[in-house]
Amino acid sequence: MVNYIIRRIGYALILLVLVSFVSFAIIELPPGDYLTQKIEQLRARGDRSAEQQVERLRQRYGLDKPFLERYVNWAVNFLRGDFGESFEYERPVSEILGARLGYTVILAIATTVFTWALAIPLGVYSAVKQYSLGDQIISVISFIGLGMPGFLLALIVLYFAVILFNMEVVGLFSPEYERAPWSIGKVLDLLSHLWVPALISAITGIGGLVRIMRGNLLDTLGQPFVEAARARGLKNRTVIWKHAVRIAINPLITILGSDVFPSIVVGSSLVAIVLNLPTIGPVFVDSLRKLDMYLAGTCIVFLTFMLLVGNLVADLLLAWVDPRIRLE
Amino acid sequence: MTTTATQVEHTQTQTDARPLLLEVQDLKVEFTIRGGVVKAVDGLTFDIKRGQTMGIIGESGCGKSVTARAILRMIPKPGKITGGRILYYRRPRHPKPGEEDKVEVIDVTKLDPDGEVIRQIRGGEIAMIFQEPMSSLTPVYTAGTHINEAVTLHRLLPIKKLGDQMVERIMEYRRVTKEEARAIAIEMLRRVGIPKPEQRVDSYPHQLSGGQRQRVMIAIALSTEPAMLIADEPTTALDVSIEAQILDLMRDLQRTTNMAIMFITHNLGVIASMADEIVVMYMGKQVERAKVVDLFYNPKHPYTKALLQSVPRLGPKTGQRLASIEGMVPDPLNLPTGCVFHPRCPAFVAGKCDKIVPKWTQVGENHWVRCLLYEE
Amino acid sequence: MAVAAAPAVPAKRKELSQSYWSLVWYRFKKNKLGVFGGILLIVLYVSFALIPEFLAPYALENRSQFVEAPPTPIRFVDEQGRFQAPFVYGLERRVDMVKRLRTWVPDTDRKYPVRLFVQGDEYLLLGLIPMNIHLFGIDADPREARIFLLGADALGRDYLTRILYGGRLSLLIGLIGQFLTIVLGMTLGVISGYYGGPVDMFVQRFTEFLAAFPNIPLFMALSAAIPNYWSPIAVYFMLTIILAFLGWGGLARQVRGLVLSLREREYALAAKSFGASDRRIMFRHLLPGTTSHVIVIATLSIPGMILAETALSWLGLGLRPPLTSWGTLLQDAATIRAIRFTPWLLWVVPPILLTIFAYNMLGDGLRDAMDPYSGRG
Repeated sequence: MVNYIIRRIGYALILLVLVSFVSFAIIELPPGDYLTQKIEQLRARGDRSAEQQVERLRQRYGLDKPFLERYVNWAVNFLRGDFGESFEYERPVSEILGARLGYTVILAIATTVFTWALAIPLGVYSAVKQYSLGDQIISVISFIGLGMPGFLLALIVLYFAVILFNMEVVGLFSPEYERAPWSIGKVLDLLSHLWVPALISAITGIGGLVRIMRGNLLDTLGQPFVEAARARGLKNRTVIWKHAVRIAINPLITILGSDVFPSIVVGSSLVAIVLNLPTIGPVFVDSLRKLDMYLAGTCIVFLTFMLLVGNLVADLLLAWVDPRIRLE
Repeated sequence: MTTTATQVEHTQTQTDARPLLLEVQDLKVEFTIRGGVVKAVDGLTFDIKRGQTMGIIGESGCGKSVTARAILRMIPKPGKITGGRILYYRRPRHPKPGEEDKVEVIDVTKLDPDGEVIRQIRGGEIAMIFQEPMSSLTPVYTAGTHINEAVTLHRLLPIKKLGDQMVERIMEYRRVTKEEARAIAIEMLRRVGIPKPEQRVDSYPHQLSGGQRQRVMIAIALSTEPAMLIADEPTTALDVSIEAQILDLMRDLQRTTNMAIMFITHNLGVIASMADEIVVMYMGKQVERAKVVDLFYNPKHPYTKALLQSVPRLGPKTGQRLASIEGMVPDPLNLPTGCVFHPRCPAFVAGKCDKIVPKWTQVGENHWVRCLLYEE
Repeated sequence: MAVAAAPAVPAKRKELSQSYWSLVWYRFKKNKLGVFGGILLIVLYVSFALIPEFLAPYALENRSQFVEAPPTPIRFVDEQGRFQAPFVYGLERRVDMVKRLRTWVPDTDRKYPVRLFVQGDEYLLLGLIPMNIHLFGIDADPREARIFLLGADALGRDYLTRILYGGRLSLLIGLIGQFLTIVLGMTLGVISGYYGGPVDMFVQRFTEFLAAFPNIPLFMALSAAIPNYWSPIAVYFMLTIILAFLGWGGLARQVRGLVLSLREREYALAAKSFGASDRRIMFRHLLPGTTSHVIVIATLSIPGMILAETALSWLGLGLRPPLTSWGTLLQDAATIRAIRFTPWLLWVVPPILLTIFAYNMLGDGLRDAMDPYSGRG
């Protein structure tokens, strides 16, 4: 078991390195770089001294050195916590990303919790009361949720917020707490705002998970051990939750790690762009547009890292829950 | 296969004086499906006494498993009990003083299928073991947890108190503690013959062999000291050698606990070694009922005779064709008229058997048949 | 010992075709949602991809002075309460000095009847036939008055027109991209599954590696990497190829799994015993067995592709102007300012949602029809 964890962590690290390398290579692809753009911008403004400025900057950022050298430099520094500097903002990447990392993680976790907490009970109800009116309503809702992409839903919510409530921004904090230091009040404020983007990002996942849970549970309910449990005199509720759901839920844990969590990370990034939340998403897209290399590369690494951690956690959870896997 | 009248009389000298435990009266169970209504059980009547082993035999689809589930009100949708009664003569498991002999008669067919009474009976007073030990245990719980669950739910231990006149009187009962439940679990595993029960109690089902799993199922069933065990094809999925062991175990346990057994199977050889009395079913109807010796040496119904003949035998007479029953099991939605067996019956009488439904007729002491050949 | 006569043989029923596909079609027809989805998709593709030029009242880039005009509703009752044939009012500019906004109000002095099959901007129907008939429009000098059923954008262009034309690119990119995915994925999957061994291992590792990559950030990066100076068409194709990579790893894996189970089946072994070449076995015998699964997977993946293009273009990482797709239209629609002052720009959202739902319904219906064992409702 410990062996298994060590192996997984090993793979994850290798993968991180590969991903960061490929990301850098991709960012290298377009001809020119951030500075080329900057030159054009400056030239457009009629600034003739642009080229000298830019030469200086080029040397400073080491953009005149070959790709591999730059990458290795960056990678080595990364391990020391120095993620490079952003061209656009002219500040260290770690400073720009700083708090955003935390919020990204919190949002992702909140969304996952929402997804799980809503999808499981709805799915169980749907299976137990198959073909009932409730089941059909849930089916329709989950079908709609499945097709509704997060960022479009966020757009619709934003529309109603603006038109109906005259709210300009759906953010993570009320204005008074935005810049305030951390306190219980700020935490509560965060929670009271967090549920909106979390729920929006969760809708798609809920749609899919409800149907999978329903299907799995229906399969499981037909298995002999469920009947055997009922024959021992257990209450219906116990039979369903302690025996049937306990087994039916295992594939969902795997799906959580391999499908649901990644789509949450991505989806909530897009939602964050619509709602202008202080997470990684908006900054990342911007950095891609501007070819702000180190910033973009670091963002990709962090997103990948989150995905890998999510995957690992799901696998560990599955091993903990299912002794058949644990004891292999 | 020849019998003499005297032989028959000899085996009938003992009458059964044991008290009644279960009485099934004209049970009817129907399944409403898209094509129509299937009469899974059509007019079943028998009774089981305390400590007796009743065998129910028939081909697949004859309704024997449905009968078992009807007794515990566990018939899956879209099935329903549409007629008859199932009377359970219940003795209190945890009698208050003076109540030890009180018998309560409960009509199972009138109970709420999710209610408290049936749930007390299920597992606590009438236990059931199933055909597939592979998948009848919840994969994520240990053997010990299974037994623990059953014991905690059903078994109460008496709190002995000193009453008047320095006589111990049992006034109250309490639930078992975790340690006691575990001790009971280990003891049960030992009784069913599982080696090293202290270790095995923490094993998961996938770590046990098929035979061991079935033993665990029996242990779970017996841990609550039920009055009756319903065994639905318990050895069908096991190897022959394991099967013999399990059957020995069941007979042994029955002797020590005086538990009744309702043994369901399609295997004549197995039932011969287990049952006192046998009911033969065909297409939801009972066609013959007799004590075991009578059934095997003096079968009356053509179906029973055909079943007995179709059992392959080792012996000097090789070269004989394997006898089988002609024809096929009819479509349950489209049953034959008159006697349900008539299209396949070697003793078919045209004009009678396809028109008249035979009645349940007594043909000997404790021997009943449903066949026009024996009706006057 | 007479045995009863066997029951009478039932009368022979009409011979119905029992081929696999006719069974599938029969089952599919019973799934109302699936059929509805299919019909909806046909309507969408015909309207947006085939004949948008006809359905739209104007050409795509036809600008006007009516910058950011709100939708002009078709009216049936004039300002005096009299019923009239459908018409629209002309637009008059007003400037709101308080909000510092330019607004457009209906000018009740000018009425323009709405007509069907109106002559207007020229176009090439299906790229071939020169025509200038539009489904509807108003008989008026386009410099003086226009009909903006869904309003106008920041350059005075009719928004309904832009949504219609934009739909063409968005809808087609999903289809073409998925087609590429199928070709790539199936080929690789069947090779990998059939040959096994080192080929399989290599393809497996490769698809695993791809799968471990965070998809969307990767495709964002790839799309951003498309050089600025490429022609819009080149960008479009590059984007399609990138999107095709979205799904081909997963599809290849599924096909591989199916092939693995199918290649040991009797008919494959029989073909081999006749001396059929590997390639023949793979493509003529094994692949068709995977077709039903592939069709279902593909249908259900198309909405993801359309959404990906929409999202990428919206973020500025995908299609670039002057190409118009639903995603590029979203760019202008998804700002606070737009929501507040030009909310009709959000009309691009319903067609996107409709398309996604139509594909999901169709895919679900196909899946239920093709898989006889999933009948759980």
